[in-house]
Amino acid sequence: MFNIRQIPLAAWIGLLLTGLAVICALFAQWIAPHGNGEIVGDVWAPMSSAHWLGTDNLGRDLLSRMIYGARITIFIAGMATALSFSLGAILGFTAAVVGGLVDTLMSGVVDLLMAIPTLIFGLVILAVLPANNVTLILVMGILSSTRVYRLSRAVAADINAMDFVEAAKLRGEGLSWIIFREILPNAMSLLVAELGLRFIFSVLFLSALSYLGLGVQPPDADWGGMVMENKDGIVFGIPAALIPAAAIAGLGISVNLVVDWVLTRTTSFKGGRD
Amino acid sequence: MKGAFRGSPVLKLVAQRIALGIFLLFAVSVLIFAGTQILPGDVAQSILGQSATPEAVANLRQELGLNDPAYMRYFQWVGGVLTGDLGKALTTRQEITVTLMPRLWNTLFLAFWAAAVSIPLSIILGLIAVRFRNGPVDKAISGFALASTSLPEFFIGYLLILFLAVKLQWFPSISTVYDGMPFLEKLKAIVLPVIALVIVVLAHMMRMTRAAILNVMQSAYIETAELKGLSALDIICKHAFPNAIAPIVNVVMLNMAYLVVGVVVIEVIFVYPGMGQYLVDHVVKRDVPVVQAVGLIFAAVYIGLNIVADVAAILANPRLRHPK
Amino acid sequence: MSQELDYLSCRVVAGRMSRREFLGRATALGMSAAFANSLLAGAAEAQAPRKGGILKAGLQGGGATDSLDPALPAGAPPIAFGRCWGEVLIEVTPDNRIEYRIAQEIGSSKDAKTWTLKIRKDIPFHNGKEVTPQDVVATLERHSNKESKSGALGVLRGIETIRVDGGDVIITLKEPNVELPYLMTDYHLIIQPNGGKDAPAAGIGAGPYKVTVNEPGVRHGGEKFKDYWQGDNLGHADQIEIIVINDATARISALQGKQVHMINRVEPKVVDLVKRVPGVTIQNVTGRGCYLFNMFCDTPPFNNVDLRIALKLALDREQMLDKILRGYGSLGNDFPINNAYPLFPDDVEQRTFDPDKAKFHYQKSGHSGPILLRTSDLAFPGAVDAAQLYQQSCAKAGITLEVKREPGDGYWTEVWQKQPFYASYWTGRSTQDQMYSSAYLSTAEWNDTHFFNDKFDKLLKEARAELDQEKRKNLYREMANIVRDEGGVIVPFFNQFIDATWSGVKGFVKHPARDMCNGYALAQCWIEA
Repeated sequence: MFNIRQIPLAAWIGLLLTGLAVICALFAQWIAPHGNGEIVGDVWAPMSSAHWLGTDNLGRDLLSRMIYGARITIFIAGMATALSFSLGAILGFTAAVVGGLVDTLMSGVVDLLMAIPTLIFGLVILAVLPANNVTLILVMGILSSTRVYRLSRAVAADINAMDFVEAAKLRGEGLSWIIFREILPNAMSLLVAELGLRFIFSVLFLSALSYLGLGVQPPDADWGGMVMENKDGIVFGIPAALIPAAAIAGLGISVNLVVDWVLTRTTSFKGGRD
Repeated sequence: MKGAFRGSPVLKLVAQRIALGIFLLFAVSVLIFAGTQILPGDVAQSILGQSATPEAVANLRQELGLNDPAYMRYFQWVGGVLTGDLGKALTTRQEITVTLMPRLWNTLFLAFWAAAVSIPLSIILGLIAVRFRNGPVDKAISGFALASTSLPEFFIGYLLILFLAVKLQWFPSISTVYDGMPFLEKLKAIVLPVIALVIVVLAHMMRMTRAAILNVMQSAYIETAELKGLSALDIICKHAFPNAIAPIVNVVMLNMAYLVVGVVVIEVIFVYPGMGQYLVDHVVKRDVPVVQAVGLIFAAVYIGLNIVADVAAILANPRLRHPK
Repeated sequence: MSQELDYLSCRVVAGRMSRREFLGRATALGMSAAFANSLLAGAAEAQAPRKGGILKAGLQGGGATDSLDPALPAGAPPIAFGRCWGEVLIEVTPDNRIEYRIAQEIGSSKDAKTWTLKIRKDIPFHNGKEVTPQDVVATLERHSNKESKSGALGVLRGIETIRVDGGDVIITLKEPNVELPYLMTDYHLIIQPNGGKDAPAAGIGAGPYKVTVNEPGVRHGGEKFKDYWQGDNLGHADQIEIIVINDATARISALQGKQVHMINRVEPKVVDLVKRVPGVTIQNVTGRGCYLFNMFCDTPPFNNVDLRIALKLALDREQMLDKILRGYGSLGNDFPINNAYPLFPDDVEQRTFDPDKAKFHYQKSGHSGPILLRTSDLAFPGAVDAAQLYQQSCAKAGITLEVKREPGDGYWTEVWQKQPFYASYWTGRSTQDQMYSSAYLSTAEWNDTHFFNDKFDKLLKEARAELDQEKRKNLYREMANIVRDEGGVIVPFFNQFIDATWSGVKGFVKHPARDMCNGYALAQCWIEA
C-alpha cells in the first residue's frame, strides 16, 4: 500500500531526519567517537577536525554527547508520548461514549490533575518517588495524558453525536467496537496532528524538568538538558548551546512532517478528498 | 441556533458545569493542601536557610504553629479563604493578599496581551493554511510554527534579548513593571516577553485550528456548499469554522491557562514580576500558605477557562444543545 | 592590617599598652579606612566623587520572600539594600582592618572578657531621632536572644550581658575572645530604633539612603538621606535602585543594554566573553568562600581514613578549577582557609591529583563498590558539572563514583547534613577561629562533616586565648594539617566574587568578604559624567 514514489519530498526529509536520529539513538555506543562523559578538550572549543561540533561546557565532545543525547531524548519523550496517547485517548473516548456518571467522574479527576500547576505537581511527585527514567516517563506520560484526554473527549463527543454512531449503537455494537471502529478512525486526523506536537512538548517538558533538577541524571543528558547546560553561551553565540536546540527543532519538524504525511494518508483512507 | 439560548437544557448544562467547577475547586484545595504537606523539607529550616542554628529553627517552628495537626490547619485555611483571607506569608509575615494582588494583576496583564496577539493570529494563520492547504504557504506556516514550538522557551527568550535588546537596542531586556508606570512604557517593557509567549503558544493553536477545520471540510455539507459555487474562503469561514469551534476553543483555553499558569521561565528571563516567579520563590522557601494560595488561584483560573471551553462546545454543537 | 589591630588588642590585654592609647591608635586606623579605600582603587578613582544621578544595580539572589527585617538571612539584594538604609557598629575594610561606624571606639578589659563600645553622638535615624546606646543594646539583645531567629545568633552566642553605661555599651562575654570586634561586623547587626523590637521590617535605619521602594524579589529603591552622618564618604548618588535579576544571562544583557550600572555574579564560564563587551569592566576578587564535598567521618565507608585520603587524592583540582571556574578562583587544600584570612598558614603542602596513591589508599581501605555522591546546582554554581568531573578523575584511580543530582528544592533540608557524601559551600567567616568554630569543632552548630577530634578542639580553644601572633599561626597550621589529613572535607577550590560594572562607574573597591564591595557598591560608587 505504500508506493515509495508517491511519498512527497517533505515527507522524505522528515523520514530521513527522524530515521537518522533513531539510528543514532539505537547504536549510540558504536557511532559516537568519544564516551558520553569523557573530557577531551577545552571548554566550549570551536568546531575542529578532531571534534566536529566542538566541545561543551565541560570540554566533552559535543558530537558524542548529541548522539548519546538522541537515545535519551527519543526514548523518554517517545515512551511518554506513547503512554499519554494510549491512556488519554482510550479514556477520553470512553468518557464521551459512555457519558453520564463515568464521564463526569473521569473528567473531574482529569480536571483535578490539570488544575494543579505542573510545577507543584512535578516537584511533589518526583521528590517523593525515586528518581529514575521509569518514574520520569510515568510522570510525564500521565501529566500529558490529561491534555490528550480533554482533546479526545471533545472530539469524540462531537463524533458520538453523529448519525453513524447512533446507528452503530442501535445495531447493538459493544463499547470497544464503537470506540475503535467508529470513533477512532474519525478522530484519527486530529489525534495524529496532536501526536506530533505532544512529542515535542514531551521533549521540552523533559528539559524543563532538567532545569528543576528533576530530569535525567548526569552525566546522561537529553537534548533539552544540553541546551540548559550550555545556556550561558547562548547570547554569545556559542555553538554548544545552539546545536542541541537546533537538533530539537529539527527533530520536531521532521517528526511532524512525517505526521502530516500520515495525516493526508489517513484522511484519504476515509474517502475524503485530497 | 436562535432557540438554543432560550432553551432550558443549555442553561441546565451550563449550571451543571459551573457547579462541577466549584466542586472541583474544593477537591483541588484538598489536594493542594495534602501535596504541600508531603513536600520534602522543613518550612522553618528553609526560611532560615543553610546557616540557621537548630535553636532558631525550633523557635520558628513553634511560632508558625507547624506542630498543629494537618486537618486543623486545613479547615482554618479553607475557612480563611472563604472569607477572603488568604493568610499571612510565613517568611515575610505580610498579608498574602497584599503582596499577591499586584503579581496577579501583572500576570493577567502579560497573559492578556499575549492572548490578544496570539489567538487571532493563530486562527487567521490556521484559516490561511486551510485555504492554501498543502501548498507552499501552508507548508511555510507549518514549518515556522513547528520550529518555534520545538525550541525551549528560554532559548527563544535569550535569542530575542540578543537580537532585539542587546544588538538593536529596540526594547529593554528586563521587563520590570511597577505601579504608576505610564501605560505606554509598560507596553514597551513587555514587548519581548509577549513576543516570546506568542511564539511559544502560536503553533499549537494554529495547528489545531487547521486540523479541526480540515476535519469538518470532509463533511457532506461542505461538499454541498462547494457545489453551490461558494468561494473557498466563504466556505471555510462561514461553514467549516463555526462547526470546528469546539476543539479550537478547547485548545485556545488550554493555551490561555498556560499563559497564566506556566510562564515561570519567561518571567525569570525577562525579570517580570508575575505570579510564576512569586510561586517559585515561595516553593523554594517552603512558604506553604503562599504556595497554597497561588495553587488555588491557578486552579481557579484553569477551571474557569475550562468552563468557558465546555460551554462554548455545548453552544456550538446543536446535538449537545439538544441531548436526546 | 587586621594583624595590626589584633596585635594592638593583644598588647592591651597583655597590659603593655594603655587602653586609651590603643583606642586612639585603632581609631586612627579606622578613621582612615574610608579614605584609604579610594586610594586603593588607583589613581583614576582617587578623584573626588561626583554627586547626583541614579545608580542602578542588577543583583542575583533576591526572592519574593525577602524581608527588610535585618535579622532574617538574605541574599545579595537585601544585604546590599541593608547597606544603603542601615548603619552598623563596625565595618571591616578590604584589608581586614576595623572601620568605626556607630561605634566610635572599642576597647576591652585585660582578659578580653569585657568590651566597651563608645557610641558616636549625633547620628540621626531616618525618623529624625538620634541613635542612642539604648538602641544599640536593644539591637544586640534582639539578635542574641535565645528565642531569636536572627542569623547573627550564632555569632553573638558568647555574650553574657549587655548594658548601657553613659554613652558606652558594655558587653560581657562568657569566655575571652580577642576577636569580638570582628563579630560585630556581621551584616545582620544593623542598628534600628529600639533595636527593631517594635517594627523589625520598617526599614528605618541610619544609613545613607531612605527606603522609598520595597518590592521584595522585584526591586528596591532609596533616596539620599540628607542628614547622613558621613555623607562625604558614602551616598553619592541621589537615588539608588536594586533590580533583582536572578537569571545570569539576563543580568549581563541588562548591563550591556545599560539598564543597570553594575551586576553581581558573572558566571565564570562567560567572564572571558563579557570582557570583550566594550564599556564593561570585570571586577573580580578572591574571597574566603569555598566550594566543597563533605564526607561524614563517622559513617561507613567514610569512617575509614584511608578511603577519605583516597577520595581527596582522586580529585583533579587543577582541572576542576580550570573547567568549573575557568581559573577565576584558587586551589583548595582540603581545609576551609585560604590566604584571605588573617594568619593563614601558607606553608601547608598543596595536595595534588595522584591516581596511583589514591588507588593505594583505596585498596588499603578495603572498600569496594560504587560510592554515592549527591549534588545539585544549588550546592554551588557548577556543582553538578564538578561532580561529573570528579567522577571522571575517580575512575582513573579505580574508584567508582556514582553521581546523583538531587532536586535543588529541598537540598538544604534533605541532603545537607543528612547524607554522608554531598556537595556544599561555605561563604567563609572573617577569622579562622569563626570558621573552625562554626563547622569543625566537635560541638559546632554546623559540623557538616561529623568531625570529632579532641586534639583539634583543644588547639582551637588554645588559639582563641593565645595572644602571641606567631604562636597562634603555628596553632592554626597544626589545625589545618589535622583537617586536611584526617577531616571529612574535600575542598577543590575557593571561588572569586565576580562583578561587572559599566565603565562610567567609579569608586568600586573590591572586598574579599562579599561581592559588590561587601554590599556597599551602591552607597560608595558614583557615575562619572
